[in-house]
Amino acid sequence: MNIPSNLKYTKTDEWFDPASGRMGLSDYAQSQLSDIVFVEIVVAVGETVEAGKPIASVESVKAAAESYAAVSGKVVVVNESLADAPEILNSDPYGAGWMVQVEGGDASGLMNAAAYEKYCAERAH
Amino acid sequence: MTYIPHSPKERDVMLATIGVKSLEDLFKDVPAKHRFPKLDLPPALTEMEAAVELQELAISNENNCTDLVSFLGAGVYNHYIPAVVDHILRRGEFYTAYTPYQPEISQGTLQAIFEYQGLMANLTGMEVSNASHYDGATAVAESVNMAYAQFRGKRTKVVISPTVHPQYRETLRTYVQDMGLTLVGDDPLLISNLDSLISLIDANTALVIVQYPDFFGRVFDFTGLIEAAHAQGALVCVAANPTALALFKTPGEMGADIVVGEGQPLGIPMSFGGPYLGFFTTKKAYIHKMAGRLVGETVDNRGQRAFVLTLTAREQHIKRERATSNICTNQGLLALAAAVYLSLLGQTGLRQVAELCYHKAHYAAEKISKIKGYELCFDAPFFHEFSVCCPKPVAEINDQLLEHGILGGYDLGQDYPSLEDHMLIAVTEMNTKDEIDALCEILAEVNHD
Amino acid sequence: MTEPTIYELSSPGRAGVTFPDPDVPRAKLPDSLLRADLPLPELAEVDVLRHYVNLSKYNYNVDGGFYPLGSCTMKYNPKINEDTARLPGFTFTHPLQPIETVQGNLALMYTLQEWLKEISGFTAMTLQPAAGAHGELTGVLIMRAYHKDRGDAKRVKMLIPDSAHGTNPASSGMIGLDVVQIPSDARGNVDLAALKAACDETVVGLMLTNPNTLGLFDEHVEEVVKIVHECGGLVYGDGANLNALLGILRPADVGIDVMHFNLHKTFSTPHGGGGPGSGPVGVTEKLAEFLPSPIVGILEEGNDDMPPLFGFITQKKTIGRVKSFHGHFGVIVRAYTYIAMHGADGLRQVAEYAVLNANYLRTRLNKTYRLPFDRICMHEFVAEGKVEGSDIRALDIAKRLMDYDFHPPTNYFPLIVHEALMIEPTETENKVTLDAFADALIKIAEEAKTQPELLHEAPHKTPFGRMDEVKAARELVLCCWLPEDYEKK
Repeated sequence: MNIPSNLKYTKTDEWFDPASGRMGLSDYAQSQLSDIVFVEIVVAVGETVEAGKPIASVESVKAAAESYAAVSGKVVVVNESLADAPEILNSDPYGAGWMVQVEGGDASGLMNAAAYEKYCAERAH
Repeated sequence: MTYIPHSPKERDVMLATIGVKSLEDLFKDVPAKHRFPKLDLPPALTEMEAAVELQELAISNENNCTDLVSFLGAGVYNHYIPAVVDHILRRGEFYTAYTPYQPEISQGTLQAIFEYQGLMANLTGMEVSNASHYDGATAVAESVNMAYAQFRGKRTKVVISPTVHPQYRETLRTYVQDMGLTLVGDDPLLISNLDSLISLIDANTALVIVQYPDFFGRVFDFTGLIEAAHAQGALVCVAANPTALALFKTPGEMGADIVVGEGQPLGIPMSFGGPYLGFFTTKKAYIHKMAGRLVGETVDNRGQRAFVLTLTAREQHIKRERATSNICTNQGLLALAAAVYLSLLGQTGLRQVAELCYHKAHYAAEKISKIKGYELCFDAPFFHEFSVCCPKPVAEINDQLLEHGILGGYDLGQDYPSLEDHMLIAVTEMNTKDEIDALCEILAEVNHD
Repeated sequence: MTEPTIYELSSPGRAGVTFPDPDVPRAKLPDSLLRADLPLPELAEVDVLRHYVNLSKYNYNVDGGFYPLGSCTMKYNPKINEDTARLPGFTFTHPLQPIETVQGNLALMYTLQEWLKEISGFTAMTLQPAAGAHGELTGVLIMRAYHKDRGDAKRVKMLIPDSAHGTNPASSGMIGLDVVQIPSDARGNVDLAALKAACDETVVGLMLTNPNTLGLFDEHVEEVVKIVHECGGLVYGDGANLNALLGILRPADVGIDVMHFNLHKTFSTPHGGGGPGSGPVGVTEKLAEFLPSPIVGILEEGNDDMPPLFGFITQKKTIGRVKSFHGHFGVIVRAYTYIAMHGADGLRQVAEYAVLNANYLRTRLNKTYRLPFDRICMHEFVAEGKVEGSDIRALDIAKRLMDYDFHPPTNYFPLIVHEALMIEPTETENKVTLDAFADALIKIAEEAKTQPELLHEAPHKTPFGRMDEVKAARELVLCCWLPEDYEKK
C-alpha cells in the first residue's frame, strides 16, 4: 500500500496535498474499487467546495463510489484528462490521478500518513 | 394441479433430514394468528379445464384477426409478424433463462441483445442503444431522468410537444411529480407548430421532447428545432415510430441526442397493450447517465469473442439510491423479438412494410377526403396515420363501423378538446384496398343517416 | 466456438421475408424527408432461424436444468401458460378497442385483481406496473401522495434495511426521497433499536422485504410495522419473496400497507432472459384512491342472465398512469392460468414445498459451508462462499458449479454477507436434483482444498470461459454494423 508521507488523508479515503492544494483518491480506495472505468468530476472551477461534500463520481467494473472533498476551498483547476483515461486513478492515484485543486484548504483536521496507514490496516480485517 | 414433483416418501425423508415433523413446522416464525389463512379461490383446474376456460375468455373478445378489420393505431399497430419470430421466442433456451448475469452460460441472450443494440442504433441513426425499457412511455420518462442527471439537476425545465402521445405525456407527469421539474408545452389546447415550441426553450431547459411522426401521424424535419435547442445547451429526445424510420430521415441525422420509442411494431403482437418494448438510443457521450442494461463485446479467457453486461456500476444493484433509474427486469424477450424481426425483414423487407403502410394510408386519406363531410385536418406530410375531421362525433361513427366489423380510428377529442369530431386513422400493410374501400363506404353512409 | 453476429452474416441482395406489391396506387414520397440508406442486415429466412437457434444453445435455462438463483424464483414455467397467452383472441386485441369488444380480457384482468387481493389481503389492486421495480416506483409514489394529501409534506425519508434489493433505494432515490439505511440484527431481523431511532415525523415509510433477502422471516414483523405506523409512516412490502408466503400469510394481515407482486417470480411467468415481468401493486383501503389509473372495475353489475360489464375506472386522487395502456397483459394471462390451475390448496403447497426444498438444501450444506444465519429459513438461504484453508471465493464456486451443469446461485448479494451465495431452489425441483446439487457443492469444497486452481480457472466444460470485463468496460464496443460500415465507425 502506497501512502506518501507528504499528504494528508480522510476517513473516506481521499488524499490532500497541502503544498499544491490538490486532492484525489488514495491507493487504498483505488485498489478496493479495482478497475475504474468512469470518473465524473461534479464540481467546476470557481465553485467553492465544502469538506465532506462530493467532488467526483467514480465507477469501476463492479463498484460505484463518490469521492468527497478532503478540505473546503475554492476550486481553481479540475483534472479534465481523467474523463478520457479513468484508469489513471488505478495506475497513478497520487500523481496524474489528482482530481481537483483548491485554494485556501485547511488540512488540520486530516490524518497524517502514519495514522491513515493504521486506519487502513484496521479495515483489512 | 401443481408442478411439485415430490413423492410423499421423499417429502418425509426431507423433513427428517431437516429435523422437523411436518411442513407446518417450517413456518413457526410466521405470527400464529395470521398463519395459514383460508384463501377463497375457485377450485383448482386441470390443464385441460384451464385450456378451455382461457379459450372461452379469449373468444369472448372481438379480435383483429378473425372478427374485426382494424384502422385503430394511436401508438399500437397491427403489423404482420413472420412465423420465425415466435418460433425463436418459444425456445425455452431463451424464454426460461434469467437476466444474463453469468456470461459463460448466457451468451445466447447476450449476443442477441448486442445485436438488438446494433440494429436499433442503425435504425435510429444513433451511436448506442440500451437493452430496452418497458415501453415507449417509460422510455420517454427515462429520457428526462437522463437529461436531469446529465445536468446534475441544475437545469429544471423540460419542453414537451403536445403532439407527443397523450399516454406518454401522462406517464412522464407521473414520473416527475414533486421532483422540482417544470414541464412546459404539455398543453392539449396548443397544437403547436415547431416555432412555438422553440420559443419555450431557454438556458434552464434540460430536454426537449418531440414525436416522429407525431401523434397525428405528421412527419416534420426537426433539424432546426434541434439546432435551436442545442444553441441553448439543451438536449433533444425524439420519440420515433420504428417502422417509419425505414423510410424517413433518422432523428440521428437531424442531430437528436436521444431517440426512444415504442418497439411494438417490430414483431410484437398487440396483446391488449403489452408486453411491448421501449427502445432507448443515444450518443456515446451520454451512456453513463443512460438507464438500463448494456451489453458490450469482449473476449473470454480462451481468446474467444464474447459478450457481457457492461458499465453495470451505473445500475441500481450497485449504485442503489444514487442510480439514475431503478430499472432491473426489462423487456429482454421482446428485444429478441425485435432483433429477429429486423433480421428477417432486413433493409428490403422493412422498407417494403413502411412503403406499403405509406401508400395504403395515402390511398385511404385521399379517398376519405373526397367523401362529403370529411376532410383531412392537416396538410403536413404523414406516414401511416392521419387525422380526419368528421361530420359527427367519432364515437357515433365508430359504433356504426363496429356493426360492420370495422374497428374505427382513435377519437382525438378525448385528449384534445379542440379536436372534437376528429378521428385518427391508421393503415398498415395488413389493410387491403377492399377493406379501405369498405371503410369509405360506411363513412359515407354515416354522413347520410 | 463462436457464432458470427447477424451483421457479419449479411450479404447484399438476400431477403428473408418479402411482402406483396401494393394493391393501391403508389403515393409520392416526400423526397426531402427520406433517409439515404437503411443499414440492416440481409439474410435468408433459414439463415436467420439458424443463427438464433445457434445462439440459444449457449444459454443455460430452466427448461434445461436447475437454476437456484436466489431472489429470482426460477421455478418451472408451465407450457400451457405459453399457449394460453398466445390465443389469437388475446393477442389480436388492440388496447384501445371499445370495452364492449374486449370483455374477455377485462374479465380476466378483473378476476386476477380479485385473486391477488385474496392471496395478499389487500383491498385494491393495479395490474399496470411492468416489473417489480416499476411496482416499487408506483408504491413509493402512492406513499408520498398519501402523506401529501393529508397535508403532511415534511415526510422525505424512506427507511430501507441493509439487506434490501438495490431497487428499493433506487426507487426511492428516483423520486427524490432521502434513503436511510437500517441495519440488521444478529439473527437477520430488522434491528428494532435502530428502526426506533430512525422513526420520526419526516419518515415516509419503511420498505420491507419479508422474508428478507437472507431468506429469513422477520421474527418481529408485527413490531416493525407497529413502530413505523406509530411515527405516521407507511410500510411497503417488497413482494419479490412472496413465493414463501402463498397460503401461509397474507401480508396485509400483519399491517403491510402497499406491496408489489412479481408475477414473473411467484406466479411462474418466465423471465425471458431479462423480462418481460409484471409488477401489480396491492394497497389497503386508505391508499386505494391513489392507485395509478385506470384499473379494471365493474361498470354495470350483472345478473343471472347477463354477465357484468367490465371497464376502466380512474381513481379519485390517482398518482397518474405509470406506463402506456393496461400493463403486461400477456404476462397477466400466464399468471391467471397458473393461479386457476392451483387453487387455494395448490398455492399453499407451492410455498410449503419451496420452503421444504430450501431447508433441505440448507441442512445438507451447513456442515460444509458456513451459514451466517443457520435457522429455519423460508424459500431461500445464504451461505458463505468460502472454504477453510483455501483462498477460493464465492465467484470461483459459482463458476465451478457450471462444470457440474448447474446454474450458480446468486453471488455477492445480499451485501451484508461476505462472499454470499444465495440459494433458492423453488418448489418444482425434485429430491434427486437437490441431492445432486448439494453433492456438487460438497465436492467443490473438497476441490477447493485439493485443487484450488480448478476453481480459479472454472468453468472448463462450458462453451465460454471467464470474461474480460475490464476490456468490455474500457473499450465499449456496444454496437455492430454492416461489414462495409465498420471502416466508417
